[in-house]
Amino acid sequence: MRRPITTLATLTTLSVVLAACGSGGGGDGAAEDGSLVGEGTGADCVIDTPVPVGAALSLTGAAASYGESQRNGLELAAEHLEEKGGVTYDLRIEDDQTDPRQGISVFEGFVEDGVSVIIGPTLSNGAFQAQPVAQEAGVPVLAISNTADGITAQGDYIFRDSLTEAQVIPQTVAQAKAAFGLEKVVVMYSNDDAFTESGYEVFAAALEEEGVEVLDTLTFSKADTDFRPLLTEAKALEPDAVVVSALIEAAIPLVTQARELGIDVPIIGGNGFNNPKLMADAGEAAEGVVVGAAWNSASDNPLNADFIAAYEEKYGASPDQFAAQAYAGLMIIDEAVRSGCSGERDAVKEGLAGIQDFETVLGTLSINENRDAEHEAVVQIVEDGTFAVLE
Amino acid sequence: MQQLLNGLFIGSIYALFAIGFTLVFGILDRLNLAHPAVFAASAFIGIELVDAAGMSIWLALPVVFVVGGLLGLVIERVAFRPLKGRPDAHFAGLISSIALAGMFIALLQWRYGPGTRRFPADAFPDTRFQVLGAQVTLLQVAILVISVLLMVGLTLLVGRTRLGRAMRAVAENPTAARVLGVNVDRVTATTFAISSALGAVAGALFAMNVNSAQLGMGAAIELKGLAVIIVGGMGSLPGALVGGLLLGLAEVFAVQYVGSSWRDLIAFGLLFVILLLRPQGLFGARRVREV
Repeated sequence: MRRPITTLATLTTLSVVLAACGSGGGGDGAAEDGSLVGEGTGADCVIDTPVPVGAALSLTGAAASYGESQRNGLELAAEHLEEKGGVTYDLRIEDDQTDPRQGISVFEGFVEDGVSVIIGPTLSNGAFQAQPVAQEAGVPVLAISNTADGITAQGDYIFRDSLTEAQVIPQTVAQAKAAFGLEKVVVMYSNDDAFTESGYEVFAAALEEEGVEVLDTLTFSKADTDFRPLLTEAKALEPDAVVVSALIEAAIPLVTQARELGIDVPIIGGNGFNNPKLMADAGEAAEGVVVGAAWNSASDNPLNADFIAAYEEKYGASPDQFAAQAYAGLMIIDEAVRSGCSGERDAVKEGLAGIQDFETVLGTLSINENRDAEHEAVVQIVEDGTFAVLE
Repeated sequence: MQQLLNGLFIGSIYALFAIGFTLVFGILDRLNLAHPAVFAASAFIGIELVDAAGMSIWLALPVVFVVGGLLGLVIERVAFRPLKGRPDAHFAGLISSIALAGMFIALLQWRYGPGTRRFPADAFPDTRFQVLGAQVTLLQVAILVISVLLMVGLTLLVGRTRLGRAMRAVAENPTAARVLGVNVDRVTATTFAISSALGAVAGALFAMNVNSAQLGMGAAIELKGLAVIIVGGMGSLPGALVGGLLLGLAEVFAVQYVGSSWRDLIAFGLLFVILLLRPQGLFGARRVREV
């Protein structure tokens, strides 16, 4: 089985190279092949041709709200890099329609178009299916929002700048326990979605680790919108907090209905809760929601303050974590390209693997030996309609 | 107590939705599968009225009722009337109404996009009551009252008015009704309009109850609506009412006494048991066609 795949990959690579030669043949044919290699190193690196970067984002479908933030973040980053000069990026954004099959086609298209690196896709579900396409063709991938386990285990070309749930949730539980003196909680999660189920498993492990008693575990479907029967159950158990692993679509009615029923204890959410829509749509009910995040919007890091100001000026809205991770993603790619001063696929891969203590809007970030990002998480609580750092 | 009320609120919406379903079935012997699309469309339209036009939710509901009625006329005219002369009119109407439902949903997606839409956070009155230790919002009480009023109104309409008499005549025998001077086409169109208007109000109330509207919300309730009218007795109005409330309560108590993962299994299993004991449904007569 192994041989044919390798052969296929070689053939694909070969055909890409041939196609690249073919298309360049008419004009500046000679320059085409080596044009992605520049001169100088680091900040002085100059590459004449824009480095092609493909981004597969969910711009329509269930994850559209995340994809839109990511597109904004990427476009802003490309603009800032353009101003910086030396190396510029030809950013090609395609929609995977929140559909893994569409994600595969988009990845195949990028591989054939000869992009140097692929960003995305938005959801872990789609990433698991599309990433092998890039891995086989030897195109580096930088995941900017996927938090499921095993994303980077798919191959040595797969990297990510997003913290996993397994990195964020234990910190969330520990800090919430310290802040509220949690002793007993009720856990709720949607059990028909891979992302929320893996989030639940991490929560369960973290709660056990911290010695917090789980009074009951209630499940629902990701399509559910009426949570009153479950919440009534939860309320009767008088927990110190309600722990929820759900996507934002379920999180909003869940939080609203919990407050309506008089559940005033903190609601601790997974990554799905980490979205300004929560405050916009749930209004006052969102107060007291605790959520761990990879990005601290209130950080006084000047890089971060500049990012927020530029984003607000360009889009007239506050950036969320997805925008920040996307912005940081392109900056990380820029650092990787500059480290070898080359936009060739393998040079970018080497560059990504070598990222250490790089200053980003997410904080000081390193890529570890598993090609996952490491940086400090932040635990936030909703106060007066915005995320504040939980003390 | 809280769970009982939870079940009643959601059950009354199921009932209102199912009554629209069963009305068309009982009188015209047609299954209108565009009904769930009307349910979803009206939720989005209701949100649009409140959000963009700045209407209060109390004013938006009658508007939604009228819009639903108009959609009903469209459904009758486009999906059912052209096919009524065919020997397989039942089946053809079923299929064409599914097609029309698909078109409605596509139009909604074109207009509103695929995302979840919500009422603005301050659209609802904040009044809450304590009823025997249970928390109840003014909105929930309104949902129950509106649902019951509409259902009582419909029962009176069918039982006491000239139009109701014509409806029952058509249900009995359309040919005979026509011979006796009943304008069958007009009664048919009116029935569709009333049915869809009720489905539309159910959709708007559902969106208010859970504060979210999705394109798939009609499909989610479609199965429940069908289950309710079968259990209640096909075409029986009181059957749909009782069936809807029963399903709402069954779901809630399944959560309380068995476990949340078993909710649908228990609720639908219970409905099966009822059908085994009473195959014609709770209120269904042996002669199935009635109003």
